[in-house]
Amino acid sequence: MLKHVRSLGQVGVQSIQSIGRAGMLFTQSVTWGGPGSAGFLDLIRQIHSVGVRSLSIIIVAGFFVGMVLALQGYNILVKFGSVSALGTMVSLTLLRELGPVLAALLFAGRAGSALTAEIGLMKATEQLSAMEMMGVDPLKRVITPRLWAGVISVPILALLFSTVGIWGGAFVAVDMLGLYDGAYWSNMANTVEFYEDVVQGLIKAAVFGVVVTWIAVYQGYDAAPTSEGIGKATTQTVVISSLAILGLDFILTAVMLGGV
Amino acid sequence: MRMRNVELMVGGFMVMGIIALVLMALRVSGLSMDAAGETYTIKARFENLGGLTDRAKVSLAGVTIGRVTNITLDQEWYAAVVEMEIDKSMSTLPIDTSASILTAGLLGEKYIGLSVGAEIDYMQDGDWVQDTQSAIVLEELISRFLFSKAEGE
Repeated sequence: MLKHVRSLGQVGVQSIQSIGRAGMLFTQSVTWGGPGSAGFLDLIRQIHSVGVRSLSIIIVAGFFVGMVLALQGYNILVKFGSVSALGTMVSLTLLRELGPVLAALLFAGRAGSALTAEIGLMKATEQLSAMEMMGVDPLKRVITPRLWAGVISVPILALLFSTVGIWGGAFVAVDMLGLYDGAYWSNMANTVEFYEDVVQGLIKAAVFGVVVTWIAVYQGYDAAPTSEGIGKATTQTVVISSLAILGLDFILTAVMLGGV
Repeated sequence: MRMRNVELMVGGFMVMGIIALVLMALRVSGLSMDAAGETYTIKARFENLGGLTDRAKVSLAGVTIGRVTNITLDQEWYAAVVEMEIDKSMSTLPIDTSASILTAGLLGEKYIGLSVGAEIDYMQDGDWVQDTQSAIVLEELISRFLFSKAEGE
């Protein structure tokens, strides 16, 4: 009995410890500067590896999500005789919810896991300790550009996801189901507000970007330097960041809508 | 050479993001560049707003010419005061224009419909709309109908 209580306490202490380590990692690596710190070209290289390389999956997923939203929405709305609201429905769903959330989830799976594995492997092959020996801060050199690349990439990816999705919805609604395209576009333009819908979706995506990248770099940096440890850290990244995205999404929505 | 390709692709990625943002602003949210143009304000007193909110449309003959900017309660009259921002290009509203609160569709949002009068003078900034008609509250309509039905029997 006492053993179980002890192990419960141990789990609690360990998780709070790791939150503390994650916080220290974030505060130390969020700013540029210091000896041997990463330059602007490193940031560009990281945006390429996390952002540009995620582009194909984001665009394909966005297109199909938009198409299926239009198809499902059409079949529901046609019963109430209000198919003209289809464009509004598709665009608001994508801009407020699905764009940021799905883009961040896909980003966590595609780029977050890769970040963790990369940094974990650097640690396992002692590249990080070698940097420290040379007087280069590995946080500034390795973590900082990756963190910022994620923060910059996720809003852009979410925006592209929504854009492609709205055009995918238009493709299904207008070209395949024969909805009048003026109804699709003009009702959308009348209802969607730039600041309330587009910008708030971008804020959400930026928050998700920070959280996902932070979790990914922390898991890599904190991984046990073995092949098992890296595997576990990669899984943890995807699991924890998915849960964090979905949980934060509710909180952000509640704050933005001001309902709760 | 390799780094140049990377820079090119990241640049393309950024440009795509900016294009998407512009598309969102112009095509999807219908934000037009002259939306924040010149406006003037007129006010109206209503007995009951029945769910009219800030940023509701103000329309004339079905065309949107402005938005509701502010709603306050007049303590003296116990009536709602609605301030509306009207597009400067629509500066020829006669002073006996009337305003009524209407509903878009059966269950849609509330908006203000203006109908023009016949006077020669035009409304200026800060003028009051004299003739207003409150929102139709569905419950009141139903209860009135039920009462008249009961009296008839």
